[in-house]
Amino acid sequence: MFKIIEKKALAPKVKLIKIKAPLISKKALPGQFVVLRIYEKGERIPLTIADKDPSEESITIVFQEVGKTTKLLGKLDTGDSILDLVGPLGNPSEIEKYNVVIGVGGGVGIAALYPILKALKEKGNYVISVIGGRSAEYVIFREEIEKICDETYITTDDGSLGRKGLVTDVLKELLETRNINRIWAIGPTIMMKVVSDLTKSYNVPTIVSLNPIMVDGTGMCGGCRVNVGGKIKFTCIDGPEFDGHLVDFDELLLRLKSYREEEKLSLKLFEESEGEEIASFEE
Amino acid sequence: MPVLKNKTPIPEQPVEERIKNFEEVALGYTEEQALIEANRCLQCKDAPCIKGCPVNIDIPTFINLIREKRYDEAIKKIKESNNLPATTGRVCPQETQCEAYCTLKKIGEPVAIGRLERFVADYEINRGYDIPKIMKKYNKKVAVVGSGPAGLTVAGDLARMGINVTIFEAFHEPGGVLIYGIPEFRLPKRIVRTEVEYIKSLGVEIVTNIVVGRSITIDELLKEYDAVFIGTGAGAPQFLNIPGENLIGIYSANEFLTRVNLMKAYKFPEYDTPVKIGKIVGVIGGGNVAMDAARTALRLGAKEVHIIYRRTEQEMPARYEEIIHAKEEGIKFNFLVSPVRFLGDIEGRVIGIELQKMTLGEPDESGRRKPLPIPNSNFVFSLDMVIVAIGTVPNPLIKMTTPDLLVDNRSGVILIDKNTGKTSKEKVFAGGDVTSGSATVINAMGAGKIAAKNIFKLLVGE
Ligand SMILES: Cc1cc2nc3c(=O)[nH]c(=O)nc-3n(C[C@H](O)[C@H](O)[C@H](O)COP(=O)(O)OP(=O)(O)OC[C@H]3O[C@@H](n4cnc5c(N)ncnc54)[C@H](O)[C@@H]3O)c2cc1C
Ligand SMILES: Cc1cc2nc3c(=O)[nH]c(=O)nc-3n(C[C@H](O)[C@H](O)[C@H](O)COP(=O)(O)OP(=O)(O)OC[C@H]3O[C@@H](n4cnc5c(N)ncnc54)[C@H](O)[C@@H]3O)c2cc1C
Ligand code: SF4
Ligand code: FES
Repeated sequence: MFKIIEKKALAPKVKLIKIKAPLISKKALPGQFVVLRIYEKGERIPLTIADKDPSEESITIVFQEVGKTTKLLGKLDTGDSILDLVGPLGNPSEIEKYNVVIGVGGGVGIAALYPILKALKEKGNYVISVIGGRSAEYVIFREEIEKICDETYITTDDGSLGRKGLVTDVLKELLETRNINRIWAIGPTIMMKVVSDLTKSYNVPTIVSLNPIMVDGTGMCGGCRVNVGGKIKFTCIDGPEFDGHLVDFDELLLRLKSYREEEKLSLKLFEESEGEEIASFEE
Repeated sequence: MPVLKNKTPIPEQPVEERIKNFEEVALGYTEEQALIEANRCLQCKDAPCIKGCPVNIDIPTFINLIREKRYDEAIKKIKESNNLPATTGRVCPQETQCEAYCTLKKIGEPVAIGRLERFVADYEINRGYDIPKIMKKYNKKVAVVGSGPAGLTVAGDLARMGINVTIFEAFHEPGGVLIYGIPEFRLPKRIVRTEVEYIKSLGVEIVTNIVVGRSITIDELLKEYDAVFIGTGAGAPQFLNIPGENLIGIYSANEFLTRVNLMKAYKFPEYDTPVKIGKIVGVIGGGNVAMDAARTALRLGAKEVHIIYRRTEQEMPARYEEIIHAKEEGIKFNFLVSPVRFLGDIEGRVIGIELQKMTLGEPDESGRRKPLPIPNSNFVFSLDMVIVAIGTVPNPLIKMTTPDLLVDNRSGVILIDKNTGKTSKEKVFAGGDVTSGSATVINAMGAGKIAAKNIFKLLVGE
């Protein structure tokens, strides 16, 4: 059992939890993830390690409530426990001195980007971040990012914070005017696709962190397979980071919809049962 | 009284019922049936059956104890050489092992050794198992990586010799393939759990959710433990590497079976993990894994399930009983065909498979006749789900993080000295599928026994 020692709401449907996990906290490196299962009948889901604090033996994860498992996770509180937690999984990011690096983050991807940019900065890179969300309240981890980056640009769809528009608008300008050595893009799959398409024409190496559906997270099922440069790769052991210019994003986008009907059913039953619980509580 | 020519039949769930549930197919002998079967044994002086058993169970002796209704002693006898008899009694390919050597084969069918083993093992489970007294304890610690049959055997044997053992398992539940691969209807998980409990009762500690190579490395384990045994199996699925293989609805057998067995997707939405079931399912391969996947898909409601195999029935590596059961249940067999590519719709879902007809040529390295493609024989077969069961290889994680551990580059198996289980790295032993490639439960256990003996020798002496 793994205890939740802190919980915070960061944005609508976006939550942060700190979990006590001594072994993982000691080992985790930027770019790695965990797989967790909340309870006996639960699904195993992957989530990125957004931060760690070895002094309190904890790891931090930031997640968006999109379906049953993430909603259930969002209902847990400080003091509650998670049944299974395994990690750190996946290959760590390749942190080197590249010179000028841009980190592009969208939605919860900003949290996943944070430890990577921190490590890149510590390695002596000049780090620029371009982060965005639907509106101001969705731009999470803003202070943390601003603190470690040399320059930070923010975009929102509605213009409520930073510039109105998409992260790619700012990115394009930077690519036009500056000499950029490497880019990390983490966010919704469609964002990573658009960023990769854009940077390809400028020939700037671009790393993306893929999020296919996983089961074990250790290379035993092949459910997480993606097409990279015409070859089958298992995201959990060959990734999760890949060269964005080689990834077949269209295939990944289709594969993410594999279980759409089942996910809907699961969520509906969960919300109905939650509704009942609240009703009986109020009686 | 003349010896009965045929095995005493084992009661089974009727076909019409069992294809709708996940309950065990073979129900096990009653006491009366076990006694009839035990009485067929000739008690041969040279006991050829023992030679066929990879862990050398004293077969005639345990059968004789059954005859005398001394079941407690019968199971004790088996457990001298086999820690997991309820499992092996159910899943061993007895027809190529002990029973292949049985003297009775000269006049008819061999003694049903597997069924008798299962009978006494189940007898003990129902009664509650005995915990053997451990005489002498040593101040030595061994780490076992992986909790499949190899790891459980090493752990159980060493614990009985007085060594402290900790097992590290990547999944949230111990048992290896016995838990995540072999389906409930062939090996109930309640049985596996009881066998794991037995190993724990010997004092073995099992830590789940630890991926060695990620959570902790072999070198780190060696700092804390006097020796390490690697029994991580051969769990990484292979794909065909043909066009269209990433279409939705195409699973590796491992993913499909893990979703269903370990994650209990057959109880979705009560359990949260889903699995897709097509109307027409093609299962590619001809081994136990293919049979299990096919029969599982059928039980989950597929209308038609087709085995797609590039050789013929004779070359199929599956256990004989599984092929018979699959046929009885209505699984369709398509021989001498090989997949060329998959076809999909605009949503990326699989809708068909292009197959090429094959013919058999000369025997290859495996001794089986090699399939050769027939030119211009391609045709398309419509289906909406595919399970790829063409084999698995060892997971590369430990190799990646233990550079001085010698591994066969082609097959990925860890190289060992077969007589001792020793790897190229000091104090590190290995056995089971990770050293042999996909094999059998009993071979993994046999390798575990050898390693346990040699680990003991290293740590304590003869
Ligand atoms: C390596 C990796 C790291 C990840 N890190 C994070 C993270 O730090 N924070 C975070 O919020 N999410 C992360 N994800 C995605 C997260 O695992 C999924 O959102 C989660 O599994 C959804 O489960 P659910 O039961 O709540 O929703 P479901 O009901 O299973 O799905 C609901 C919706 O989410 C989509 N979905 C399902 N699985 C995934 C998936 N794996 N990735 C993206 N969308 C999915 C479905 O297409 C569907 O539209 C990561 C995924 C991977 C593979
Ligand atoms: C579907 C199916 C049906 C089969 N049917 C039969 C049958 O009827 N009869 C028969 O004799 N054989 C059968 N087999 C084969 C048999 O199950 C295997 O040969 C046997 O289980 C091998 O045992 P093992 O202990 O070597 O490995 P496994 O049983 O594979 O166990 C390995 C364990 O190690 C764990 N592990 C892997 N990597 C790590 C890591 N890095 N860190 C920690 N833990 C790790 C795995 O999670 C797993 O639990 C079947 C196999 C399958 C897949
Ligand atoms: S070979 Fe057959 S008949 Fe002879 S002892 Fe073994 S089981 Fe009995
Ligand atoms: S999640 Fe199973 S192989 Fe990657």
